[in-house]
Amino acid sequence: MVFVIRRILQSALVVLVMSLVVFVGVNVVGDPVHILISDDMTKEEVDRFVRQLGLDRPLHEQYLHFLANAARGDLGNSFVHGEPALKLILERMPATLELAFAAFLLAVIVGIPLGMYAGLKPEAPASRAIMAGSILGFSLPTFWVGLMMIMVFAVILGWLPSTGRGEFMTWDGLRHLALPAINLALFKMALVTRLARAGTREAALQDYVKFARAKGLSPSRVVLVHVLKNILVPVVTVLGLELGGLIAFSVVTETVFAWPGMGKLLIDSIQRLDRPVVVAYLVITVLMFVVINLVVDLLYAALDPRVRLREMKA
Amino acid sequence: MSARVETLPVVPKPETPLRRLASEFFASRVATGAFAALMVIVFMALFAPFLAPQNPYDLATVTVMDARLAPGERGSAGFLMWLGADGAGRDMWSAILYGLRISLGVGVASGIVALAIGTAIGLLAAYRGGWVDALIMRVVDLQLSFPAILVALILVAILGRGADKVMIALILVQWAYYARTVRGSALVERRKEYVEAAQCLALPASRIVFRHLLPNCLAPMIVVGTLQTAHAISLEATLSFLGVGLPLTEPSLGLLIANGFEYMLSGKYWISFYPGLALLATIMSINLVGDRLRDVLNPRLER
Repeated sequence: MVFVIRRILQSALVVLVMSLVVFVGVNVVGDPVHILISDDMTKEEVDRFVRQLGLDRPLHEQYLHFLANAARGDLGNSFVHGEPALKLILERMPATLELAFAAFLLAVIVGIPLGMYAGLKPEAPASRAIMAGSILGFSLPTFWVGLMMIMVFAVILGWLPSTGRGEFMTWDGLRHLALPAINLALFKMALVTRLARAGTREAALQDYVKFARAKGLSPSRVVLVHVLKNILVPVVTVLGLELGGLIAFSVVTETVFAWPGMGKLLIDSIQRLDRPVVVAYLVITVLMFVVINLVVDLLYAALDPRVRLREMKA
Repeated sequence: MSARVETLPVVPKPETPLRRLASEFFASRVATGAFAALMVIVFMALFAPFLAPQNPYDLATVTVMDARLAPGERGSAGFLMWLGADGAGRDMWSAILYGLRISLGVGVASGIVALAIGTAIGLLAAYRGGWVDALIMRVVDLQLSFPAILVALILVAILGRGADKVMIALILVQWAYYARTVRGSALVERRKEYVEAAQCLALPASRIVFRHLLPNCLAPMIVVGTLQTAHAISLEATLSFLGVGLPLTEPSLGLLIANGFEYMLSGKYWISFYPGLALLATIMSINLVGDRLRDVLNPRLER
């Protein structure tokens, strides 16, 4: 229990620190007045405007004001859309989550079998090909792969639509989802493959696997039950932490495939200097990140008591 | 087998660390190939103005007449555009050479500055210890718990657009990796006897840190530095592609790829394809060289 409370307090501190960084960054490094006012405003109008927004008050007061508003879910209005920034972000969030989870599933479903195969037969030519492919998966810039996928599957072959999003969980929706999800999944797939391979190679030498073999269990049962179970914990832990990375990286994929998620909104907003939306996106993403990390940490501690003990001693 | 390995054993030379490193490094054919490719790429970037048939940003030599010429066609200036031309009529081959220059320049320059800053901070943390170390490592851990692309986007959103801003963002993204690496190996080295001996001689702290600790931390720094440079190049290309990176006046490979994006749907693949290939070759060759360096130097890196 002490451990849980400690981790929650730590996470809250991270959110607070990040909010301070973002707030100070946006309001001190960039000058919001400069963006908000137009050139033909008179001096009095500018002064009134500055007072109205509270920009004449000392910075710590402004920050507390920002925090108080943020706690009530008010992150300001978008300059471009005129709507609450938070609402805009939340409207786009389902699309991003759909994409991220699809990519997550793909990475697991493809990565684990490939990695296990490469781990069981490290010298086989197919294993070498898999490992070479995983190096490629790490090196290829996501956005360029996305472009090439559009070129091959949408332009040349014409199998799949290149941009946009369809209805959730319909045939059309899946067709639209296919290319972006594969694109986003590639990097994680390479990661899962490597993790699964390393885990399998290690597990294959353990006594319990030898014992299961000696007991006369079929090879498929040894691999699918005994080995798989034991590599799942590290793979799932790392993947859990990478889920946040998927959401961050979806910025790139969404831009390539014109997928209407929060990432695309972020890029549009940065280009149009729509600061409230940028701040709202960052606050929400940081929050999601911290929550994901917290949940994974707690789950890990629940699965592996050694983690808890180590934390308490520290 | 490279020529270098064959010439070595003729006269037995005294084995220096560098020579041993080289012979081990070039024992791998993949690494040798990657190294050669990297040298060619660096050469192309350095001598772009002499290798390119056209200065793609000199408006006097570019004409819209050549716009979107397919690869292998002859431009109006008379030379062969073997990689085609982009939407403004620039020769793609020339644009890629100049783009390589910018991509590599930004990646390497930001890497060097980040290396210097990260090394100084990492050494400080390791040598001082105590609350200084705790504070620095908290900041490093906090930053590294977020993916690099997110940190970079936050910084670009805060700082705004421009080549200098992108450089600052890349440096701020990278310093933490170096700081963690240097601190890790400096902590190990610090406990060794030679440091104790140096302290007994009452050498000044700065001398111990820079003349004794630092040289012994070089191996992991080289490895992380190589791999991190590839990351920086990829990250800059991504930011530029997203339209929040380098300005149009400094067309890196990422920007060239972005420019070709709109023509992709009409089947004019070469405007995006070839700059992407150049980017891929650069990143791959750096990564392969870095991987080999890691195997040869074998520093026990964290993850």
